[in-house]
Amino acid sequence: MTVFYLLQKEFLQIFRNKTMLPLIVVMPIFQMLLLSFAANYEVQNLAMSIVDHDLSPASRQLTAKFEGNHHFRIRETTFSQKQALEGISTNQTDLILEIPAGFERDLAREGHASVALSMNAIDAQKAGLAGTYAGGIIRDFSQELVERGQWAGENVTLSSTKPAVVEVVYSNWYNPKLDYKTFMVPGILGEIVSLIICFLTAMNIVREREIGTIEQLNVTPIRKWQFIAGKFIPFWIISLVIMTVGLAVGKLVFDIPLLGSLWLVFGYTAAFMPCVMGLGFLISNFADTQQQAMFTAWFFLLIFILMCGLFTPVESMPHWAQVVNKLNPIAYFVEFMRLVLLKGAGFAEIKNNLFAVLGYAAVVNGLAVWTYRKRN
Amino acid sequence: MNRFSAFILKEFRHILRDRRTLLILFGMPVAQVLLFGFVLTNEIKNAAIAVLDPSKDSQSIGLTNKLLSSGYFRLEQNLTSAEGLEPAFRTGKIKLALVFPPDFGQSLAHDSKAQVQLIGDASDPNTATTLINYAGAIIQDWQQEQNTQPATQPIIQTQIRMLYNPEMKSVYGFVPGVMTLILMLVSAMMTSITIAREKEIGTMEVLLASPLKPIQIILGKTAPYLALSFVNAVVVVLIGIFVFGMPMRGSIALLAGESALYMFVALCLGIFISTKAATQQQAMFMSAMGLMMPTMLLSGFIFPRESMPQVLQILGNAIPATWFNVIIKGVMIKGVGLRYLWFQTGVLGLMALIFIGLSMRSFKDRLE
Repeated sequence: MTVFYLLQKEFLQIFRNKTMLPLIVVMPIFQMLLLSFAANYEVQNLAMSIVDHDLSPASRQLTAKFEGNHHFRIRETTFSQKQALEGISTNQTDLILEIPAGFERDLAREGHASVALSMNAIDAQKAGLAGTYAGGIIRDFSQELVERGQWAGENVTLSSTKPAVVEVVYSNWYNPKLDYKTFMVPGILGEIVSLIICFLTAMNIVREREIGTIEQLNVTPIRKWQFIAGKFIPFWIISLVIMTVGLAVGKLVFDIPLLGSLWLVFGYTAAFMPCVMGLGFLISNFADTQQQAMFTAWFFLLIFILMCGLFTPVESMPHWAQVVNKLNPIAYFVEFMRLVLLKGAGFAEIKNNLFAVLGYAAVVNGLAVWTYRKRN
Repeated sequence: MNRFSAFILKEFRHILRDRRTLLILFGMPVAQVLLFGFVLTNEIKNAAIAVLDPSKDSQSIGLTNKLLSSGYFRLEQNLTSAEGLEPAFRTGKIKLALVFPPDFGQSLAHDSKAQVQLIGDASDPNTATTLINYAGAIIQDWQQEQNTQPATQPIIQTQIRMLYNPEMKSVYGFVPGVMTLILMLVSAMMTSITIAREKEIGTMEVLLASPLKPIQIILGKTAPYLALSFVNAVVVVLIGIFVFGMPMRGSIALLAGESALYMFVALCLGIFISTKAATQQQAMFMSAMGLMMPTMLLSGFIFPRESMPQVLQILGNAIPATWFNVIIKGVMIKGVGLRYLWFQTGVLGLMALIFIGLSMRSFKDRLE
């Protein structure tokens, strides 16, 4: 019964707080939109400079291959290597393709030729991807020449057996259009809900402490568990609301697949929230001011978010980091969302994840309750 | 001691006494740089793959071995039938599947042509594409090796040169990014929260009623954070140089000057936010949504800007961090001077003027 009154108080406070309400609705949507559209490692529209010393049909055909490709945008064609390099210094060009004089002649006579690609590698990842794409285009061009039988090489004795060709057929499952948003949105949703709820829980308790109203609660006869329930339940309900709004936006705006069972999603969310709420609670026990709570929470959450698999794959992390990541609740949530929404995984596939999360929640909340002191 | 210096001293003492926040303010940049340096990478190695090989002849086994010895792939599962593919992907254990037809070696020998299938888990499209590209390249190499005849096919060799960063270290990209983030965090967010805090607790009124001019109050409050950001920036740069081997090819004076300019812009932004926020929570969320998120996401720090939709690219131009990123990379990695960076510096200068103007206009010396 007491808990019911506490809940009433909490909800009243929440709805009266002008920042809180828009925050709960606006921030998830804002983050989802921003992150989903911005978060894209695909490389497109790279500014390219072509230095063509050969100007032969062969070199022109190679250049044409880049023109048609959406990864690249040919910014200039020049004779001067110096000019092209200047473009890189001023950040106007990302990569240079240099075709030497005698390109076509070498292809015709020797059967092979070489070109040079120079890339601005300050952003190593972008350069790597650019290199892979450009290399692929050049390789495809080579293959095409083979199939067309042109420039087979005069100096070479043509043998009667055809070269063996391995044809690679590839298919992409679960995301045939290779839409990066499909991949990001479920994970982002998991991350946002975790982030907001953890923050709100921590801030809420510390705020009461800072403005002094917690003293009033402390002198009432309510027990620790009633206090905790009164704090947790409103945010628990809010988390489910955010999840619903998020899924709706995800479906309507991004058309993400919802392959798995939605009941499972909500069920997991409900089971997961005590985990981050417990973290928030624990943080609040060690902070005297909102500022401290904010910063401590920020510190941990930022690390969790960076490591959770949203920005970089968990599998690429060094082994020791993957072990540390077992303590990262957000990583579990993101993995869950991806498995269920994108691949239609069922309870059997996620049960290990769920048990780990429940265990985590038990430990964190236990710690939080243990360190909660009614007196300062 | 005159009242302004006394005020600044008080602010310094305030901060130094708050050990916990201090710890985090210094710890966060270090943690972030180390995280980016040692943990976060997009490089793909040892990706778990499954192989479905009904023919199991010397050719298919040879090709499989070539793939597995490349370092990019690791055999997670040997499948016996196509039905095993779906469950293997669904548990998230494998990222790629290599499927051979039942008579691979024979087809190659008799028809000079055979197919293999690569199935990628495209729920992560980037990993899938990269893995398929790697595998495709290795398969082509293998194909080349199998053809023992002299080159009957024209091969175009590509020589690749990586400018400025021949070892392709990712640190070159993220150390500048972390600097922009940290400076923004400390100079802007902390400043806005501090000023909002005084308003919320009620001590702002006391300050306003004192003989201190509003401009003095603002400068006094922000001076410690400026000092703090500066120390942070130095720490991040030093870690970048000594722990991760980042170069410092340009002029230190230029770097310091540009950093000071950026910190000033961030400061003005923080002040502006604090004039609009009534409580600390508000200040924090406004800073988080309006500064941190865009800085992290739109400035080109983590995700390349060219791939973003036009709208976001334009928005990115309004963020100081975007320009500062270019400046730092120019000074530290390319070693260029103001001649190449005058435009970006000019933009930052313009932003500083705009934000300070806005802040001065919204700062009220009465509490409404």
